Amino acid sequence: MAYDKFNILTSSAVPLPIENVDTDQIIPARFLKATERKGFGDNLFRDWKYNSDNSPKESFVLNNPIYGGKILVGGKNFGSGSSREHAAWAVYDYGFRCVVSSFFADIFRGNCLNVGVLPVQVSPEFLHKIFQAIETDPKTQLEVNLQNQTITINSTGESESFDINEYKKGNLLNGFDDIDYLLNIKENIETFAQNTPL
Amino acid sequence: MSAQKTLFDKVWDSHVVHNIENGPQVLFIDRHLVHEVTSPVAFLGLKNRGADVLYPKRTFATADHNTPTINQHLPVEDPLSANQLRALEQNAKEHGISHWGLGHEKNGIVHVVGPEYGITQPGATIVCGDSHTSTHGAFGAIAFGIGTSEVEMVLATQCIMQPKPKKMRINITGTLNFGVTPKDVALYIISKLTTSGATGYFVEYAGDVFEDMSMEGRMTVCNLSIEMGARGGMIAPDKKTFEYIKGREFTPTGTAWDKAMAYWKTLKTDEGATFDKELSFNASDIEPMITYGTNPGMGMGISKSIPNADQVEGGKATYEKSLGYMAFNQGEDMIGKPIDFVFIGSCTNGRIEDFRAFASIVKGRQKATNVTAWLVPGSHKVESAIKEEGLLDIFTEAGFELREPGCSACLAMNDDKVPAGKYAVSTSNRNFEGRQGPGSRTLLASPLVAAAAAVTGKVTDPRELMEATVN
Ligand code: SF4
Repeated sequence: MAYDKFNILTSSAVPLPIENVDTDQIIPARFLKATERKGFGDNLFRDWKYNSDNSPKESFVLNNPIYGGKILVGGKNFGSGSSREHAAWAVYDYGFRCVVSSFFADIFRGNCLNVGVLPVQVSPEFLHKIFQAIETDPKTQLEVNLQNQTITINSTGESESFDINEYKKGNLLNGFDDIDYLLNIKENIETFAQNTPL
Repeated sequence: MSAQKTLFDKVWDSHVVHNIENGPQVLFIDRHLVHEVTSPVAFLGLKNRGADVLYPKRTFATADHNTPTINQHLPVEDPLSANQLRALEQNAKEHGISHWGLGHEKNGIVHVVGPEYGITQPGATIVCGDSHTSTHGAFGAIAFGIGTSEVEMVLATQCIMQPKPKKMRINITGTLNFGVTPKDVALYIISKLTTSGATGYFVEYAGDVFEDMSMEGRMTVCNLSIEMGARGGMIAPDKKTFEYIKGREFTPTGTAWDKAMAYWKTLKTDEGATFDKELSFNASDIEPMITYGTNPGMGMGISKSIPNADQVEGGKATYEKSLGYMAFNQGEDMIGKPIDFVFIGSCTNGRIEDFRAFASIVKGRQKATNVTAWLVPGSHKVESAIKEEGLLDIFTEAGFELREPGCSACLAMNDDKVPAGKYAVSTSNRNFEGRQGPGSRTLLASPLVAAAAAVTGKVTDPRELMEATVN
């Protein structure tokens, strides 16, 4: 699935200072019944966002018009639980291009990279600073620079660098996809398969 | 670099097709398991790029996640679920993939049927678009869950791109106490490591406890590896493993078997091989476990009381939110808490041994009137065994009904949903908010603890009922 190239993202951010946000919260299982990738953004954090009668829960951050932007900032161990890529689709389809946390669950991190959402892992201290900056000014701008691998709080100028695999970085910068790469080395794979009986 | 390798290294290294400079490794996948929920978009992607399934014979499809567990002979009522099931059937047919759909004699939960039919083998690489694929590690395979983009990738190329994970070994020595099952061992480990304690690692389980464990028990433990954040878990294959797989439909035979055996016997961690992290626990410290919160790391010995926020790692606010959701208070006992539902099933504890354990307690007793119980076998094979072994009679006499196989209340995509505010003692793997239905409250536990709750209507130490049976 094609996604937009990622280079420098400057945006306000939505704070979600909760730890262990699991993919069942990001997108509950009952919304996994589609056979196409459509409409997942509407159900992002569905049960935190709406009451059972579909009225919005005013207190939830996504229902608060003060907050907005293309960056979601979550607590430690973000994206744990189920492998459902629908969670990353929901994040992307809602309009987020970057998730910031002090720690990500493995599969969710990989799924994000595969669908064009950049997971940025920062130190717990820097995460705290980001939350504080947003608390002081909900419109505070963060700059995520993929080429330089840095994230900056524009109002204070504080910055931290983050890790990303070189290959994955190239893919995101160029909007490339892993499958194209693998199809190009298909001969290697076929030779390998011949020597690997069922 | 030392020449000594771990079990994980041996299997991983022998499947590397290609190294991407400064990037992940390209790993060949021996077997790919597919189900109706995470595959339709992958097949669509395949079509859009004009690609085909490279090795349909290495791919197996079963319907399990959204299937009803009653009246499976009737058309599926929910149109969206029916649509996904149809899509799986069509995609499988179009690409020549074997498909064990609803009603097929081999149908069942993907991680239950894989081992049952010998698709799961030592030394193999196995993936599936479901995080509990780690189950298959019980046979000394490298098995892990993948996302839908990766399902498409494996369909098209039979490979996956992954950086090699770090290695962890968890040793548990000694003998398990009375009433302590593999599920308790796993919940105990997760409670010690937390749900992120093994993130970035692949785990090998070693020590007497795992050597003594049945294959079913090993599957339960490996299944739950993901709940401490690990990519997967594995146990070195031994005599028990080989006996289990021998003679199953997809197991090699004749000279191929001899050749496979010669290889499988080399699949163990070499003396002196090193791990990035090594942990050890004593079997004697483990008692029957139960969870009290909203992640599988929030587990405790059933006789203990709910810890205070300052005794647990992590943020106080998150902890209090979690207890608030459960409507529990710090310092309370779990024993005696009334419950409403009991679910026995899932790829964690939906195998024959789990139903035997459940039967051992409910035999001669009656289901508590305040409890709704869902007994859901992991597969048709398990269902048949329950009937053949006479367990169904025990269940019926005790007031329980047996349902038809599927994932059921493990993720509540079908109608098996626990209502808001109700408590369920479940043998599945996740107690997240709303996992078993919007607003549901889940207590994860072993089949023995679930059985004790089912007949008493409240959280009960199963050892009391077991002692009563023995006396
Ligand atoms: S039983 Fe639960 S964990 Fe297992 S495959 Fe089904 S949904 Fe996944």
